[in-house]
Amino acid sequence: MNTLELTALLWLGSLVAGFLGSLTGLGGGVVLVPLLTLVFGVDIRYAIGASLVSVIATSSGAAAAYVREGFSNIRVGMFLEIATTIGAIAGAVVAIHLHLSWIAITFGLVLLWSAYESIRSHPGSRGPAKQDQIASFLRLDGTFPGPEGEQAYHVSHVPAGFGLMFTAGVLSGVLGIGSGAVKVLAMDRAMGLPFKVSTTTSNFMIGVTAAASAGVYLTRGYIDPALAMPVVLGVLGGSLIGARLLAGARVRILRILFSIVIALLGIEMIFNGIGGKFAQ
Amino acid sequence: MNSLTHGMSDRRAEAIIGILLRSGVTIAAIVVFAGAIPFLMQHGSAIPSYKTFTGEPSELRSVSGILKASLALDPAGIIQLGILLLIATPVARVAFSVFAFAEERDWMYVVVTLVVLGLLLYSLTAKNL
Repeated sequence: MNTLELTALLWLGSLVAGFLGSLTGLGGGVVLVPLLTLVFGVDIRYAIGASLVSVIATSSGAAAAYVREGFSNIRVGMFLEIATTIGAIAGAVVAIHLHLSWIAITFGLVLLWSAYESIRSHPGSRGPAKQDQIASFLRLDGTFPGPEGEQAYHVSHVPAGFGLMFTAGVLSGVLGIGSGAVKVLAMDRAMGLPFKVSTTTSNFMIGVTAAASAGVYLTRGYIDPALAMPVVLGVLGGSLIGARLLAGARVRILRILFSIVIALLGIEMIFNGIGGKFAQ
Repeated sequence: MNSLTHGMSDRRAEAIIGILLRSGVTIAAIVVFAGAIPFLMQHGSAIPSYKTFTGEPSELRSVSGILKASLALDPAGIIQLGILLLIATPVARVAFSVFAFAEERDWMYVVVTLVVLGLLLYSLTAKNL
């Protein structure tokens, strides 16, 4: 297969990944690395580099649409970005010292967890948070447009949220994903933000987190232009089409199917990791 | 500070950020595509080698190297410039937020945002991470 043919196939595969990721809300990044490594046989370091860049593209592209709705909390986002960027840089730095098998196995476990998280419903929220000293000092409380005008909410458990966000950053730096699911977990369940505010703020933060690790990957020579080109253009195109269709689509069944695919990819990553397929 | 006016100017800042992000992604995608066409014309029939990791040459690793390569109209350099613009988009968003918080005289968040901006610039320029 020559470069032209491979580029076309990579573009198509990334288009589908971006489309399903945005339609189901699971993000395209999470299937991209398994797709590139397991299906196309790409070295996992190049795959992570290409995935990080695509995550920035979809997050920034989607943020423009979310912003109009006015749900995101920019103070919560910016404050927690301190934790995610430190985590992302640390993760990217640690990743070079990790054996590739361990990266693959960790990736597999995160895929299994993401699949589980996406199928179960969301009863885990703490419910509305009470007034909290740290959150008040940091002026994190906010409002969002509800059915009866602006609704105020409080934020709590800031240190726990900050810690989880650091973890989200590390995972993003090691695996080249957006870690949206961990970010939502931190805000929705730990800090008690309304679910819609958590998801939009998370999307807002993903691009910044991924940019921090992408900087390290770029200067280290892990981002290959020939590979990143079809992947970025494909994922971006796919996610834009997915976002268009989202309004009228019934995503429940699709979400379950996509979760099954993610779980299977996770198992495959773990097996290949244990079998030493990534160790070259 | 009145919480309502604080909310209003936040919304305005968010609207500008939305436009900034969308333009950044659009410009980056156009530049990547502009590099892709000559790249595929030159290298389309070659056999690719993503299976074995070699790392990128030094001119495709640093901000100055990428600028130099793309000014020389090297196709891979142009694609890499597009990717650099993509990475720069969230960085520009954070930089804009510094001014947005300063306009609201929210100095605590000016500092918070400067810390995030510093970390991002550090990751892009530090040589030995």
